Amino acid sequence: MSAEIHIAGLEKRFATATGDVLAVANVSLDVAAGEFVAVVGASGCGKSTLLRILAGFEEPSGGEVTVAGAPISGPGPDRGVVFQDYGLFPWLTVRENVAYGPSRRGMSRAAARATADAHLETVGLTRFAQRFPGELSGGMQQRVAIARVLANDPAVMLMDEPFGALDALTRSDLQVQLRRIQRAEGRTVVFITHSIEEAVYLADRVVVMTGGASHGVPGHIRAVVPVPLGDDRDVTAPAFNALKREISELVHERTAAVA
Amino acid sequence: MTATATLAPPATRPVAPGSSRRRRGRGIRSLPARIALGLVVPVLFIAFWHLGRELQLELPFGIRMGYLPYPADVAVTLWDFAFGGLRDDAFSTTLWQHLGASALRVGAGFGLATLIAVPVGVLMGRFYVMDSLFDPFINLIRPIPATAWVPLVALLIGIGDQATIFLITLSAFFPIVLGAASGTRQVPERLVEAARMLGTTRAAVLWRVMVPAAAPAIVNGLRVGLGLAWVILVLGESTGVNEGLGATITLARDIVRTDLIVAGMIVIGLSGFLSDRLLSLVLRLLVGRRPVFQKGARG
Repeated sequence: MSAEIHIAGLEKRFATATGDVLAVANVSLDVAAGEFVAVVGASGCGKSTLLRILAGFEEPSGGEVTVAGAPISGPGPDRGVVFQDYGLFPWLTVRENVAYGPSRRGMSRAAARATADAHLETVGLTRFAQRFPGELSGGMQQRVAIARVLANDPAVMLMDEPFGALDALTRSDLQVQLRRIQRAEGRTVVFITHSIEEAVYLADRVVVMTGGASHGVPGHIRAVVPVPLGDDRDVTAPAFNALKREISELVHERTAAVA
Repeated sequence: MTATATLAPPATRPVAPGSSRRRRGRGIRSLPARIALGLVVPVLFIAFWHLGRELQLELPFGIRMGYLPYPADVAVTLWDFAFGGLRDDAFSTTLWQHLGASALRVGAGFGLATLIAVPVGVLMGRFYVMDSLFDPFINLIRPIPATAWVPLVALLIGIGDQATIFLITLSAFFPIVLGAASGTRQVPERLVEAARMLGTTRAAVLWRVMVPAAAPAIVNGLRVGLGLAWVILVLGESTGVNEGLGATITLARDIVRTDLIVAGMIVIGLSGFLSDRLLSLVLRLLVGRRPVFQKGARG
């Protein structure tokens, strides 16, 4: 049981007006502890469904999914989720948002506060601890959301296109920060994105998903591409671009073939 | 770090309350100017009232202004009602005792309505079954005006304090329960997911997420409910109680004291206004500068 996340033969059906639709089928994937896995694919390929199942927001229709050896039963603080639209509590200050998880785990007020402050420092938002989320920019809100999840010390971090709504400069700034934090703390991360460059920059392995209801084929994993680029990645290096091209072809193959 | 702050796009969430303030109240629109403008209509109204009484005007709807008291008479009565020394009749200085009795009934009825309506509303907004159970029933009962309840209440409860408080509770219940239900219904599911993945139990989501997230709508419901409580007060106090502003107005009608009727009306209006402000102030003290008030709804 070295795999932190174990997925075998996962499938997910959704009931629609015209009958059941098989959205995801035959997905098997193991993620090791401390590994950073990015999942890329076109819209509707089931990558978000996969993440929502891992988070416990949706139940699988078939197959086996375990995190840290235990089957998933609903959402829990062992699997922190970072949403594209942040999902911060607007009525709590930044510090209270980050201290929220530790408080639920029964930490004392003072201890939760100290934990929150430590993680706000990690994401560089110490000066904004007393502000409310509505007073912050999108990039800052997403850093709060990341700190909020880190404060719960989760076994797994699940990130659903977390930087998708941010402008390019903020985005690359947060990518650098996330990589630094993930390497320093050895977090296991599953990161959904539609940016191949982001996936190659961040991940140890890139999972390429294709299919989806609109293609007449359930969403499935087409390939898992290792990223042997080391820790200091240069997005302009030839090796980086070669890998990007390889993954891009995998993502677009079906569409190209049909067209 | 600062680059992030300056280069980031505008936040997609609504900006914190307070920003709406900045748009107003600058330049010519200073506070004294606003107060002066706000006084224009009341002054004109009082002037028209005085003139109409003087000339015994007859308005449409058969309004015979000759039957009105003079504004100055009302002012004298009001002063005497509160502080005495001018008329020295049975009503002198009794305002506070009546106001106290009325405020107690409004407070009790409104408080009771809040205690019942907020939990019911939040459960209705959150759970389909609760909504299906209560929503049709509430919407059937809601259109029945409080006046139509009075005869039945008189027979069931009798007349007096309990009947008045019951009518107030009943009337204040509906806006509060509907505000809480619709506010809860509009809470983004994302916030529930966020709370759940941070370790909030399913039950705790109700008060940790639903109540604070629906707070603006709940507060609106509370304010409407409190306003209604004062409206119903007069009705509830019209029979069977000796103390209270509504009772005073009813008595004043029986002894044909129009000046006292109008003075009582003014006190009730002011009380409703001030209690709304008081409610906002209390809530503001409770929540500090947390953004739970709707824009423009701050006290």
